[in-house]
Amino acid sequence: MATSIADRGYINPTKLVTTDWVAAHLDDPTVRIIESNEDPLLYPSGHIPGAVQVDWTHDLNDPLRRDYLDKAGFEALMSRIGVTPEMTVVFYGDKNNWWACYALWVFQLFGHTNAKIMDGGRLKWEQESRPMTREVPTYAATSYQAQQRDDSSIRAFREQVLEHAQEGLPLVDVRSPAEYSGEKLHMPEYPQEGALRGGHIPGAHNVPWARAINPDDGTFKTADELRAIYEGEKHLMPDDDVIVYCRIGERSSHTWFVLSYLLGYKNVRNYDGSWTEWGNLVGAPIER
Amino acid sequence: MSQYPPAMAEVVDELASITDRYERAEMLIEVADRFDTVKIPPEIATKPYDEAHRVPACESEAFVWAQPQADGTLRYYFDVLNPQGLSAMAMAVVLGESLNGQPTDLAMRIPSELVFDLFGKEISMGKGAGLMGILNMVQSYAKRHKAGMSLE
Repeated sequence: MATSIADRGYINPTKLVTTDWVAAHLDDPTVRIIESNEDPLLYPSGHIPGAVQVDWTHDLNDPLRRDYLDKAGFEALMSRIGVTPEMTVVFYGDKNNWWACYALWVFQLFGHTNAKIMDGGRLKWEQESRPMTREVPTYAATSYQAQQRDDSSIRAFREQVLEHAQEGLPLVDVRSPAEYSGEKLHMPEYPQEGALRGGHIPGAHNVPWARAINPDDGTFKTADELRAIYEGEKHLMPDDDVIVYCRIGERSSHTWFVLSYLLGYKNVRNYDGSWTEWGNLVGAPIER
Repeated sequence: MSQYPPAMAEVVDELASITDRYERAEMLIEVADRFDTVKIPPEIATKPYDEAHRVPACESEAFVWAQPQADGTLRYYFDVLNPQGLSAMAMAVVLGESLNGQPTDLAMRIPSELVFDLFGKEISMGKGAGLMGILNMVQSYAKRHKAGMSLE
């Protein structure tokens, strides 16, 4: 069983809340609970009472270009789910909060930093037999003024990644070992996430994202356990300039959250172009 | 002409007519709610299951079995160990309800587009790989049955 969040040694423990905390704030008008999943069937099948859904494909991505929504799109989303800039948003979801961290990362691009993750996600809430409902809540639309999307501090682009790799700065590839080695390329006939070449960006460490999680209840490992992985095994340091990536930038946002908030790394960027961009780039260096 | 068996084509066509994503999800949840009708009965297999029946790459931990019937057809059974694996359950129900008691050739002709026709083209690669894995395993059983090979 996981220790309390306060006892786990995180640098920013307030970025996590417990299922107890969420249960006690279901009717708190200053808190919005948001579910973000990989499986689009989960939210409609039952969710935390009062929680709204933010879907990674429909709500966070630009419908045409490969990019995230723009300022107007983010403001419209926040208005629709009844969030004001002052509200605390708490994300949770399936896959050990993988998509919840992704949503939190996108929210941060627009400056909504008052955001937390429910430790253990949907798995822990269900394990504890807490209430679920199929009722989709409606909230009064808000008027939300967002900042312009800031892609400079927590997002990395391919030219920056190339320069980063050439300088020998740390990269973390959070995909599975088979993807990292190039053995597993992509699924035949899969329309979204294919890559022509397999392998990894030269010099990247391989730390599959889910190593940060206790698989039994989906909670995050303690700071000491996380340091043993990222610092003990891979020799990263909190002052390092780190870029994380996966296939489309979702799994790596989970690792971005762990390094940035739980371990307090100051400069971590997520390369959301990730392998679906790098593995298709003409001339990009690849290591196997 | 559709390459889907009639019962499967009906589901695909109905989903195609629904433009609202919540309504699509509701319909697929209703399908998944019938999972017990295709779930492996204890007289055929009990946990821990033989790993030979595990669907590769399925994060919902799906398992598939095929039992030859007296009329020469196959009856497919499934289990999904992850209780959050609703899409895998829906996929299993669509396959079981469409193929049980039907000529095995029908299973072999199902195109892999089934996954996208049911769940949409925007599903993640991990989910798509698992769902295609379920279909591939069913088709593998159909091919082996036709070739007179063991299904164990």
